[in-house]
Amino acid sequence: MSEPILSVRDLSVVAQVEGTTHTIVDQVSFDLQRGEILGLVGESGSGKSMTSRALIRLLQSSRLSVSGGSAILKGEDIFTFDERAMRDVRGGSIGMIFQNPSSHLDPVMSIGKQIAESIRFHKAVSRKEARGRAVEILRQVGIPDPERRYNAYAHEFSGGMRQRAMIAVALACDPDILIADEPTTALDVTVQAQILKLLTDLRDTRGVSIIFITHDLGIVSQICDRVAVMYGGRIVELGGKREVIGSGRHPYTAGLVACQPAEGHPGERVRTINGQPPRIGHMPAGCRFHPRCPRVDEWCSTVCPDLVTSGPGHQVACHHPIPHTPAEAAT
Amino acid sequence: MNVKPAPLLEVTGLNVHFGGTGFIPGLRTPPLRAVNDVSLAVMPGETLGLVGESGSGKSTLGRAILRLGELTSGEIVFDGTDMARATVGDLNRLRRQSAMIFQDPYGALNPRMRVGDAIAEVLRVHRKVPSSRIGSRIAELLNLVGLDAGYANSRPLDLSGGQCQRIGIARALAVEPKLIVADECVAALDVSIQGQILNLLMDLREQIGMAIIFIAHDLAIVRRLCDRVAVMYLGRIVETGPTEEVFTEPRHPYTASLLRAIPDIDPDRGLPENPLAGEPPSPIALPCGCAFHPRCPNALPDCSTGEPPRLGRDGPHRAACILPPGEIRI
Repeated sequence: MSEPILSVRDLSVVAQVEGTTHTIVDQVSFDLQRGEILGLVGESGSGKSMTSRALIRLLQSSRLSVSGGSAILKGEDIFTFDERAMRDVRGGSIGMIFQNPSSHLDPVMSIGKQIAESIRFHKAVSRKEARGRAVEILRQVGIPDPERRYNAYAHEFSGGMRQRAMIAVALACDPDILIADEPTTALDVTVQAQILKLLTDLRDTRGVSIIFITHDLGIVSQICDRVAVMYGGRIVELGGKREVIGSGRHPYTAGLVACQPAEGHPGERVRTINGQPPRIGHMPAGCRFHPRCPRVDEWCSTVCPDLVTSGPGHQVACHHPIPHTPAEAAT
Repeated sequence: MNVKPAPLLEVTGLNVHFGGTGFIPGLRTPPLRAVNDVSLAVMPGETLGLVGESGSGKSTLGRAILRLGELTSGEIVFDGTDMARATVGDLNRLRRQSAMIFQDPYGALNPRMRVGDAIAEVLRVHRKVPSSRIGSRIAELLNLVGLDAGYANSRPLDLSGGQCQRIGIARALAVEPKLIVADECVAALDVSIQGQILNLLMDLREQIGMAIIFIAHDLAIVRRLCDRVAVMYLGRIVETGPTEEVFTEPRHPYTASLLRAIPDIDPDRGLPENPLAGEPPSPIALPCGCAFHPRCPNALPDCSTGEPPRLGRDGPHRAACILPPGEIRI
């Protein structure tokens, strides 16, 4: 396998709340290959957004901080960078797309100018050239009549168009990695399908790697190559989407798949996972999932399982993973 | 011969328009037609799914049915009375027999009020039980939605989203409604919690036999829960019928494209090759003819002129489309 474009090791994020320290992201490790779409799935509070924000060091509060780990981007650990170097990474090597484009686009600056601004910030080009590139990017993300739309403001765009505009801003400096944090959650399904198509097309044409954060397993199945399932701030399962979704070995992954409303017959009760996801400050000891787990024993409540290899390219953090083959049952 | 049971709710030709002010011709602003000539019926104990994208008017329709929002014209016959022209007394009766469950479980509860007080308020206003029995009725209602009676003393902020939604449902059940309108009531919840609320609604429907109008954009949930479904696009119902029939043999191209666009958990299915292009146009300037024709992959020249097609009149599965049923594929 070729050298990964991004290699994250033991990333931890902590929050200081009223004098106590809570771990929100706990020793997260993963590799991102060139041209790969990696899905980061989990419920609210699982730490999936926090992981991505920690990578570009845009944590929303001063009480949050990265407490350890490394992130090797093209041979350099970006966690050792100072703020100045970090600014080159954000928007330069790593582009970001968020759930709500209206609050991440400048309302008083035209869409085209925002793209050109980003290009001129990162690259020494003339205004005219930046404008030309911005129009070209607007065309690539499927905005009709880009010459005229260059001067349009965010409020003049519809929801889907605004999301395209934000993708254009993220792509302005030809990043190696795109972090997409629930980019389609606020969109209608038909528009969502358009945006997902656009992102996979961009991966195919530009070779950009995408970290796709979502809670929707359907989206993961459709566009991701590999998927990392997060629970309580930790990655509990990581592997190819077929292995993880089709024959997930962590009871949480299997539970998530089973509770999709599409799995089952009309009128039949939906399978559920008992209890609630853990809240910050109330993290259970041992395996984070053990209070809700059907396969729990005493061991689970004391020792937190590590992510270990359970098959080719497939890792799971569970003391009692679900067996799918006789060989797995024997281990 | 069996007598067909009377529907609990029968809506005929309902219109809800907003704005559209001014008397001087040429300076008049056109109204926003949120709900356009909608007719539907709900039988007692039946669950009707109302699906559509944002801006399709499904929430406005749900609110108008309960008279929580204004309506422009049309009839809403609830249990034999036309609520569109109701007296104060009739409206009070409607309020006692219907309830709504909202999307944002935190926003729908008063953060300063204890859960027990929030439920007691409903019981007191509608004089459902004598004041001596309010405490025990609160405990009953909390048990019904799967919560311990001890939750009566907690405040919304101490609860999770799923627990708050259960409280919202308990408040709705407090009036012992014949009809509940649930507006995207699981959209804000995590998948593992979503299932718990859906199961609760299915259990309650069996125990209490109330009718539900379930407004949602998630078609998989609607397929699981609803007996019948009505698909809305830009204020009109474009297709309606028994859920399974609509999902397996859609007769309107819009329904078909919606079904195609749902991300499927089957990794072999992949993305739809040609997702529906464009976005819904503004409801202020509706296109001529069928409102869907600018995005429709099967549009004919006739689709862009004249009146929008009306829902067919034949059988339970009807669509507002001039194409023959065989033409449309998922």
